Amino acid sequence: MIDTLQQLGAWALQRLERLGRSHLFILRVVVGLPELLARPGLVVQQIFAIGVLSLPIILVAGLFVGMVLALQLYNTMVNFGAEQSLGPVVALSLVRELGPVVTALLFAGRAGSALAAEIGLMKATEQLSSMEMMAVDPLRRIIAPRLAGGILAMPLLAAMFSAIGISGGFVVATGLLGVDSNAYWSQMQANVDLFDDVINGVIKSVVFGMVVTWIAVFEGFDAIPTSEGVARATTRTVVNSSLAVLGLDFILTALMFGDNG
Amino acid sequence: MLDETPLVEIRGLRFGYAGRTIFDGVDIDIQRGKVTAIMGPSGTGKTTLLRLIGGQERPDAGTIRIDGANVPALSRRKLFELRKRMGMLFQSGALLTDLNVFENVAFPLREHTELPEIMIRDLVLIKLEAVGLRGARELMPSALSGGMARRVALARAIALDPMLMMYDEPFSGQDPISMGVLVKLIRELNDALGMTTIIVSHDVNETAGIADYLYLLSEGRVVEHGTPKRLQESGSEWTRQFLEGLPDGPVPFHYPAPDFARELLELPSP
Ligand SMILES: Nc1ncnc2c1ncn2[C@@H]1O[C@H](COP(=O)(O)OP(=O)(O)OP(=O)(O)O)[C@@H](O)[C@H]1O
Ligand SMILES: [Mg+2]
Repeated sequence: MIDTLQQLGAWALQRLERLGRSHLFILRVVVGLPELLARPGLVVQQIFAIGVLSLPIILVAGLFVGMVLALQLYNTMVNFGAEQSLGPVVALSLVRELGPVVTALLFAGRAGSALAAEIGLMKATEQLSSMEMMAVDPLRRIIAPRLAGGILAMPLLAAMFSAIGISGGFVVATGLLGVDSNAYWSQMQANVDLFDDVINGVIKSVVFGMVVTWIAVFEGFDAIPTSEGVARATTRTVVNSSLAVLGLDFILTALMFGDNG
Repeated sequence: MLDETPLVEIRGLRFGYAGRTIFDGVDIDIQRGKVTAIMGPSGTGKTTLLRLIGGQERPDAGTIRIDGANVPALSRRKLFELRKRMGMLFQSGALLTDLNVFENVAFPLREHTELPEIMIRDLVLIKLEAVGLRGARELMPSALSGGMARRVALARAIALDPMLMMYDEPFSGQDPISMGVLVKLIRELNDALGMTTIIVSHDVNETAGIADYLYLLSEGRVVEHGTPKRLQESGSEWTRQFLEGLPDGPVPFHYPAPDFARELLELPSP
């Protein structure tokens, strides 16, 4: 009994300590971010690497999510005679919710795990050490550009997810279900608000991009420098960042859309 | 050039990893312009010593002065300034795997100088020529053998013409020809560029051949030091065993362990 309590305490302390370390870590990285303005090439390279890595899976997923959404919503809405409003409902679901969240989950699985593994391996093969000995700070040269790249790539990917999802919904709605194509677009334009819906969706995806990339680079940098340690860091990245995204999504949704009843 | 104070001066160095003592009161002087070799059995902490000198680990006690500055007490900025004047060849090479050979050697130049591309190109080719790998400049590190990777890493380490060069096992994994070239190169770099050199190694013959001064380390202490000639004539049984590579004697081959016969007879605990 005492043993169990002791283990629980030790576990909690360890967790807290890691949490503290990850905050110090991100602080040191963020302080170095302005330096990147002088070397935008490093960030562009990372946006490209991260974006290209995740683009195929995000486009395919977006297309199918949009198509399924149209099918499911149509079946319900037709009972209320509201099937001509399919356009705005599909768009709102995607822009407000599914776009940022599903993109972030896929982003964690594809780009986050790759980032953690890459950085962990650089540590295990002494590349980070050798960089330090060459008087180059790996936090600034390796971590900072990746963090910036992740934060910038995420909203772009989420936007593409929503765009292709809306198009997928359109194809199903007009081609399969006989919704009027003018109604799909015009209703959407009338009912989707730039600030309330689109901007809030973008804010969500920026926050998710920040959290997922932070977790990925920290796990990689903090990995035990062996192949087993890198494998564990990769797994932890996907699990922790998925949970963080879902938890944060609830909080953000409550803050953004909770009070307009 | 008349500066007679040692470039690196280590006093009373104590260091341990999680309770296991690695150094227990070590004093070492590295004289300017000389090649000093630090030798000792595998696992005595030779790599650790280089990491301490480079400021990547902090000693539990003692001072490490480089050109007068106490490394463990330096601020991060000062430490980085100092490191620009140090070159270190890692035991594994530690090349950046996402850059090719050329870009690896160019890396410190691009990070720390504003040189135009043409000059960077020339400097990189000069360094690569020195290690005999100019023709390999387009290869990625994954396409290099271990020995080649180490030579590229050497070219990278000398890219900024450091005042202090540290080599961690430069000879292991080299064939006899590249070994000969490497031994000559280390000596030439030291003499022609006015560097100071520390070699960490257990290759007795090659190292004793080029070193001006030897330190022998074992079990956390300096066992003996002196010129190679003096050590070869040493009366100490330990020194003779290590330098001549005899299996029996006071130098332990085993990592500390309980008695082997007893351990074999022990029942595995469930
Ligand atoms: N990060 C670490 N954590 C714990 N112990 C370590 C760590 N690095 C090295 N050690 C221990 O410190 C001792 C010295 O290691 P070091 O790598 O300095 O030896 P070495 O003299 O360079 O050996 P070799 O000749 O085989 O390269 C070893 O016994 C090793 O077990
Ligand atoms: Mg070593």
